[in-house]
Amino acid sequence: MLGVAHLSKRFDPVQALDDVTLDFPGGTVTALLGENGAGKSTLVRIIDGEHLPDTGQVLLDGQPVGLHSPRDARRHGIRVIPQEPEIVPHVSVAENVYIGALSKGFLFHGASLRKRVEQHIARLGFERMLRPDTLGRDLTPAQRQLVEILRALTTPAKVIAFDEPTSSLSEHEVTALFTLIRRLRDEGLAIIYVSHRLAEIFQIADRIAVLRDGKVAGVVAAQETTERAVVSMMVGRDLTTMFARDHVATTEPVLEVDEVNGISLTVHAGEVVALAGLVGAGRSEFCRALAGDLPIRGGSIKVDGQPVTIKHPWHAIRAGIVYAPEERKAQALLLGRPVRDNIVLAVLNRLRRWRFVRRRDESELARHFVNRLNVRTPTVGQLVSKLSGGNQQKVVLARWLARQPRLLILDEPTRGIDVGAKAEIYQIIAGLARDGMGILVVSSELPEVLGLADRIAVMKDGRVTGVLGRAEASEEAILSLAMGES
Amino acid sequence: MNRVQNLSLIGALAGVLAVFGILNDQYLSLSNLAVIGQAVTIAGLLAVVQTAVIICGGIDISVGSQAGLAAVVSSMVFAWTGDGLANGNAFAAIGVAIVVGAAGGVVNGVIIVYGRVNAIIATLAMLAAYKGIAQLISGGRAQGYLLTNDLFIFIARGSVLGVPAMIWILGIVALLVHLLLKTTDIGRNMYAIGGNAVAARLAGININKYIISVYMLVGAVAALAGIILAARSTAGHPTAGSEGLELKAITAAFLGGCAIAGGKGSIGGTLLAVTLLGALEIGLTVVGVNPFWQNVAQGALLVVAVVIQQRRTGDRAVGLPG
Repeated sequence: MLGVAHLSKRFDPVQALDDVTLDFPGGTVTALLGENGAGKSTLVRIIDGEHLPDTGQVLLDGQPVGLHSPRDARRHGIRVIPQEPEIVPHVSVAENVYIGALSKGFLFHGASLRKRVEQHIARLGFERMLRPDTLGRDLTPAQRQLVEILRALTTPAKVIAFDEPTSSLSEHEVTALFTLIRRLRDEGLAIIYVSHRLAEIFQIADRIAVLRDGKVAGVVAAQETTERAVVSMMVGRDLTTMFARDHVATTEPVLEVDEVNGISLTVHAGEVVALAGLVGAGRSEFCRALAGDLPIRGGSIKVDGQPVTIKHPWHAIRAGIVYAPEERKAQALLLGRPVRDNIVLAVLNRLRRWRFVRRRDESELARHFVNRLNVRTPTVGQLVSKLSGGNQQKVVLARWLARQPRLLILDEPTRGIDVGAKAEIYQIIAGLARDGMGILVVSSELPEVLGLADRIAVMKDGRVTGVLGRAEASEEAILSLAMGES
Repeated sequence: MNRVQNLSLIGALAGVLAVFGILNDQYLSLSNLAVIGQAVTIAGLLAVVQTAVIICGGIDISVGSQAGLAAVVSSMVFAWTGDGLANGNAFAAIGVAIVVGAAGGVVNGVIIVYGRVNAIIATLAMLAAYKGIAQLISGGRAQGYLLTNDLFIFIARGSVLGVPAMIWILGIVALLVHLLLKTTDIGRNMYAIGGNAVAARLAGININKYIISVYMLVGAVAALAGIILAARSTAGHPTAGSEGLELKAITAAFLGGCAIAGGKGSIGGTLLAVTLLGALEIGLTVVGVNPFWQNVAQGALLVVAVVIQQRRTGDRAVGLPG
């Protein structure tokens, strides 16, 4: 029913879409899948008339349609349900549904409007979830989605696109949404479902279209494929290689922590130790104390067997302990400065003659790490705010690797970055361990913990409740230590 | 971005010069340009160090009072070391005033860092306090007579290679601060502290030391401005000439491209902005605009400068659709 032919769209310097041809048949749920930046949202915005393609066409029933605004799209029966529905807070659900649809000269009649919306809700089977009189500001995220869907159905719709609809929904709200989507599909609508949650895509989609770097990486029937196949389509390689484990932990301790803030822990050279536990278990606080960012109460710390005193981040850095914090943008990056300045920040004292920073050495060092960690940036002079999350994280890593630390502490190193960049970060971590660095990782993602770590220290309420070796580690073992009564 | 800002400042400056040049044929004469230059110097010194402190994420509202205090201190020391009015030791006068200024700056820094007081509040309080101290020690009257000394005469009226001595002083201070900011690790760390204080701390930078030092620098340079002011007006007065300088300095810094949040700004931009402000002020005087309007114009310019800065930071919210 809806199709796009040879769509290309460029946002300098990125080719967001590159000759994309896809069709979205009626009576079918087609999932649109891809990593961040793969072009999903751009495609949806073109279908919604929000962006014009550079080249290519949108076809409806085989006929090219010119979509110059969301209004055009609506006139042709194409509706996009945005991620964050626009809801007017001070008016009722009924009025919210008909906002913008009330034509000029329409006499506003509250009671009949309410009745129409009520029937509408009943027809869709949502009597229990949504009442027409509720005010916009009192709606839950799921109800907001419903209002947006009702809006979409006030005019005859042929195509409905959902842009990551479940990101703010609870589990039973997702179930209700899926029931509705199936009903709409059975009425013959073409459904486009954009998401990067694999599990739910397999629940709802009939077909899966994968975009990668603005191109169509493949279209498959959902029943004939597996999660693993789809992921490798998304990232362009098989993910079994994601955790490269060719390093061997030594028995030579890099970090020996004895009863610091009630925690004892040893990290050996060439070893990756993960701190697992629930949010609020005190993992980040422990790491920040080691990094000199929070006070250390009692106990002793040794680096390479030498006792060290840490009262300021500088003491930790000088002792060879560096810390890449949880919130990249808020705690690590100078967003208004170039990549170069961000990389050299902690080694300026090695790059100066008298007090003058040696420009050439500085750029050389930055370029060295950009190449070594494969940071995708046109030059080291590029503003770091223009890089993607994964590349920003590599810049933070570069800053600390430039100090040639003994112990690298990584707090949620892959939060908010896409699968491909994650794999690269894992390879970097493994490479550093191979070179003999000690690495302490805080992570809330269990597959990551299990894939990366040689040993896993599980924390609960500020204490280490158990240390698991590689052989004994499993999701169940970690969770029982993280939540157990001990 | 910076280049765009500087080009628009140059454009605005050219516009101001052209408009007033047409309105009054004396405006663009060499002697009038020298007047603009001298009028700019004192505000310019304060604007240059204001830029440094804003880059670090702070602000110093007390600079005007610090300059007034230095004007009084230098002329009183000059009087004491001499015959009670004049003929004293100029080096002692200048040295003591600068030390007092630096100490005042350290006090500001310590209040902000260890008292954990917001910089605006802390320096607003000290704006009142330093002014009060200057009035107390001088009894509210002009002190001493400086123009019995060759050094003060040189500062006030001298010139080197046809350029007034005070403009040289501004040029040298501006160049040194510029080099500090752009070529040294100290400058890099200052931009880092203003850009993201948490990140700077985690990168091992001793933020407290930097903040106190930069306020000390502001105090010392504000004192230098006060000394020049005293030499220009032949005697040190606690408020005349120095009151309201903070507004000019802060306006110039923001107009020159500093961001309120810190981490952004340049000496070049600030100097262009302070020249623009000076050209505008003299121009309005030359064409006979009621001086009260100049206050309105200055206040309006500060608002415009900050609105421009805010707009730009807001721009970043527009991202690339993925």
